[in-house]
Amino acid sequence: MKTHVLFNLFATFLLADGLNIEDSAGQFFSSGHTNNWAVLVCTSRFWFNYRHVANTLSVYRSVKRLGIPDSHIVLMLADDMACNHRNPKPATVFSHKNMELNVYGDDVEVDYRGYEVTVENFLRVLTGRLPPSTPRSKRLLSDDRSNILIYLTGHGGNGFLKFQDSEEISNVELADAFEQMWQKRRYNELLFIIDTCQGASMYERFYSPNLMALASSQVGEDSLSHQPDLAIGVHLMDRYTFYLLEFLEDIHPASKANMNDLFKVCPKSQCVSTPGHRTDLFLRDPGSVLITDFFGSVRKVEITTEAIDLTDPIKEVEERPANGDVHKEMHSYVDQLPVSEIIHQNGKLCATSTNKMSLCCFHGDVSECEMQLPRGLGVEGPP
Amino acid sequence: MAAHRCCFPVWLFILCSFSLFIIAGSQETTVAPEQHASVLDNPQTAAETAEQTAGESGGVEERRWEGTEVRDAAAQKQAEPAVLQPTPQPKDDFQEELVVRPLHSGDIYASFQFRTLWETDFMRGNKVSHYRLFPKSLGQVISKFSVRELHISFTQGYWRTMQWGQPYLPSPPGAELWVWFQDSVTDVDATWKELTNVLSGIFCASLNFIDSTNTVQPSASFKPLGIGNVTDHRFLRYATLPREIVCTENLTPWKKLLPCGSKAGLAVLLKSEKLFHSSFHSQAVHIRPVCQDWQCKTTSWELRQTLNVVFDLHNSGQGKREWSLFKMFSRTLTEACPLASSSKIYIDITDNPEGEQFELSPATSLLSQAMVLGDRRTFSVYDLTQQDTFGSVRSLNLLIRWKSTEGDMLRPLLHAERYVAGYGLQTGEIHTLMYNHHPYRSFPVLLLDSVPWYLRLYIHTLTVTSKGKDNKPSYIHYQPSKDRVRPHLLEMLVQLPPNSVTEVTVQFERALLKWTEYTPDPNHGFYVGSSVISSLVPSTVAMDTNSTRERPLFSSFFPCKEESSYFVRVYTEPLLVNLPTPDFSMPYNVICLTCTVVAVGYGSLYNLLTRSFQIEEPSPGLAKRIANVIRKMRGFPGTMG
Repeated sequence: MKTHVLFNLFATFLLADGLNIEDSAGQFFSSGHTNNWAVLVCTSRFWFNYRHVANTLSVYRSVKRLGIPDSHIVLMLADDMACNHRNPKPATVFSHKNMELNVYGDDVEVDYRGYEVTVENFLRVLTGRLPPSTPRSKRLLSDDRSNILIYLTGHGGNGFLKFQDSEEISNVELADAFEQMWQKRRYNELLFIIDTCQGASMYERFYSPNLMALASSQVGEDSLSHQPDLAIGVHLMDRYTFYLLEFLEDIHPASKANMNDLFKVCPKSQCVSTPGHRTDLFLRDPGSVLITDFFGSVRKVEITTEAIDLTDPIKEVEERPANGDVHKEMHSYVDQLPVSEIIHQNGKLCATSTNKMSLCCFHGDVSECEMQLPRGLGVEGPP
Repeated sequence: MAAHRCCFPVWLFILCSFSLFIIAGSQETTVAPEQHASVLDNPQTAAETAEQTAGESGGVEERRWEGTEVRDAAAQKQAEPAVLQPTPQPKDDFQEELVVRPLHSGDIYASFQFRTLWETDFMRGNKVSHYRLFPKSLGQVISKFSVRELHISFTQGYWRTMQWGQPYLPSPPGAELWVWFQDSVTDVDATWKELTNVLSGIFCASLNFIDSTNTVQPSASFKPLGIGNVTDHRFLRYATLPREIVCTENLTPWKKLLPCGSKAGLAVLLKSEKLFHSSFHSQAVHIRPVCQDWQCKTTSWELRQTLNVVFDLHNSGQGKREWSLFKMFSRTLTEACPLASSSKIYIDITDNPEGEQFELSPATSLLSQAMVLGDRRTFSVYDLTQQDTFGSVRSLNLLIRWKSTEGDMLRPLLHAERYVAGYGLQTGEIHTLMYNHHPYRSFPVLLLDSVPWYLRLYIHTLTVTSKGKDNKPSYIHYQPSKDRVRPHLLEMLVQLPPNSVTEVTVQFERALLKWTEYTPDPNHGFYVGSSVISSLVPSTVAMDTNSTRERPLFSSFFPCKEESSYFVRVYTEPLLVNLPTPDFSMPYNVICLTCTVVAVGYGSLYNLLTRSFQIEEPSPGLAKRIANVIRKMRGFPGTMG
């Protein structure tokens, strides 16, 4: 009898498992995020760093293709390669030689460009401490349910990344910025990818939870570039991002590829350097994290069966032109170059102004207006 | 007893499996709608944009939402009577046009203009919430910042007046922004700062670099181009960024402001790969209030988006003097923008009355004449709203084939140049030359110069000479710069004698910046913005002063008050000046050198003070010395005597 009971219990357990496994698999793969953001930064200036701009634009292209809209992407390019005068094909940035793939495209929106890409601006974007007049397209408006992808590329060293050949950001600063983001609940999960020399040193100091990091090379190794194009004359892409782009081209919004596939991108045989990754701060198992959790914008929707009553359409309020109003003044265009008015306007100003250095007028006679020469340079004008 | 015992586990098993099936069944019904919801998202977003798809989305919903079928049908019945109500008359109007002017050097000049007129009032507390053709982002900018007029342009390249003539809409290289605010604005500088930040987000440009060091307040130039009575120059601000790059990321938001986007009408020709592979590319947005009718009692807001491009004969034309829409833009036209009330193409055929210079195909019988830039020009017109313009192939590809290369271009009457003279990195001299090519008439020009503070101008060396003699300006306005606060502003009204060159020279000294103020690439140099020369040039034909008659857009940009002259604005080249640049590797070098010196000096001193001397035996013989060396090599301390 005992064996019978045991056998029945075992059978029910198996049955229960068989029915629930699909649901549990679905929940197992689900993430707790509701929106996706991407911050893509290229930190190098000058024409010979074309490949860094191409790296960033290829990730931008993949991310846009998988669904993240421009309003949720902060793209920072330190120099303009597409309309650079040395570019033999203007308004294009190629990633494959023989000009096969134009990653610049026709629909690009760069948020920070040129001299605006500085360490200060990058950290302000991450932490959200921007001046109040910053437009929305330049802000990272993430909340505690946002998954953020951060991609950095450029020239780096052991523990730092060079911005525009004039300043650096250190790994300690970056880790502190992420901690600030965590304290202010500005992300749900964060994926950090860096493609520079000795990139693994940049994620060594992270200490906030829910961070996953990938780098193109270990400490002491250089990340190498992929292939030059003889017509353009520079190297087009870095190896790690080139193979990353090839991997992402196979991903579509419904793809079930997970992070373990991403860690396998560009092994040492292809990349010459050893890509590294760090997952100890990440709470979920990387095998359960979908690529589209960070690179795409797959929305999860809750269905409600409640009905909403739509009101009648709102009628536009028509402004009745007041018929009794005939005293409207007659407008006219302004004279573009009123010569006599200009000559005489100064007469009034010269008389009232006490500081003769700021305004002067010649009425044919120099003595009419005492023009004092500036005693020193940068002397103050009228108050 | 045994039979009862063996039935019990069977019943237990059946009960458990039954309960599990019930649980599993309820869970499946919750999983299925989740998968359908993501598919539902797409048809719902499409339904927002067009009313016609309301029925279709209702059908899609019916397939997915079995439970709410009845409710959807009821909702549809409610929606229908709303559509049948008469829509109010639209008070906005959109026109588009393209002017093509073949140039004598073999290049070709194309100018696009898109104009939206809207009869509304942004001012006086009116809250505008329904936007149709006028873009909402610009409407909100106008009402929030109390803007009366806004002119912004992005240009790549420099307009070569002597080879190409005068442009329809002039613009300086880089970015230029000038704004007239309403007189209700109390703090113009703060509003200006916020406005530049907002515009930098709209146009994806680094306009946030506009601050007090490159903003000026002209006192006589840049009068409002729209209607208005107040011209207090306190409400005017002007700034240029000569270093600003123009690329696809500026064209994309510009195209999004158009009612038809880049999907229909003339805007399909705007492909960035061809537009930026040109000698000159300029895109601009102009917003101003205009007269609605000849009485001019009511005002409408006008938004003009213009794009000027000059294609080079050798770059884009491959050396052949034959141009077509496909060669220029890699696209042909198939339809006009459905929202446009007029959509036309004008080809300038004034130099080609009998068809001896170039041949235009497909032929058109529509001709139009317009007074533009002081001259009466004849144009062939293609009306895209007429279906027969597109012919049987249903696409329009204009072809201009040159037959002969004779003929001279009419020399432009006003032309200007600017350059920096001098040597070394301490001083220099700015020369501005203004050419008046009219044989017997002189006319006044207003020169506006805005020089950054790090070039310290010596105004006492300012000279204005024409034909070798001193030419005294009838008006000078000079505002000296303040280090790191504001730039120099120099405005002069000069009368140019006929057929002469007027030269304005001023000496300057270069300042040494603080090392944090240098850009990351300081050896490129620092830019000085273009000078602006505004002038009323005598015209050869009587200009049209009636501002409300139906005129092509390109001839109605600058308002015309008198018939004998027309207003023109000429921009000079920007200057590229090298400032004395420090060697930025010096701090590193100094640290290395200092540390080495300190180490060597301190080390020697320490050694001297603390080294103790020992008496050494007289040197042994050779064999003994060799043995000592071998001992030392083997690591034994001490020596043998």
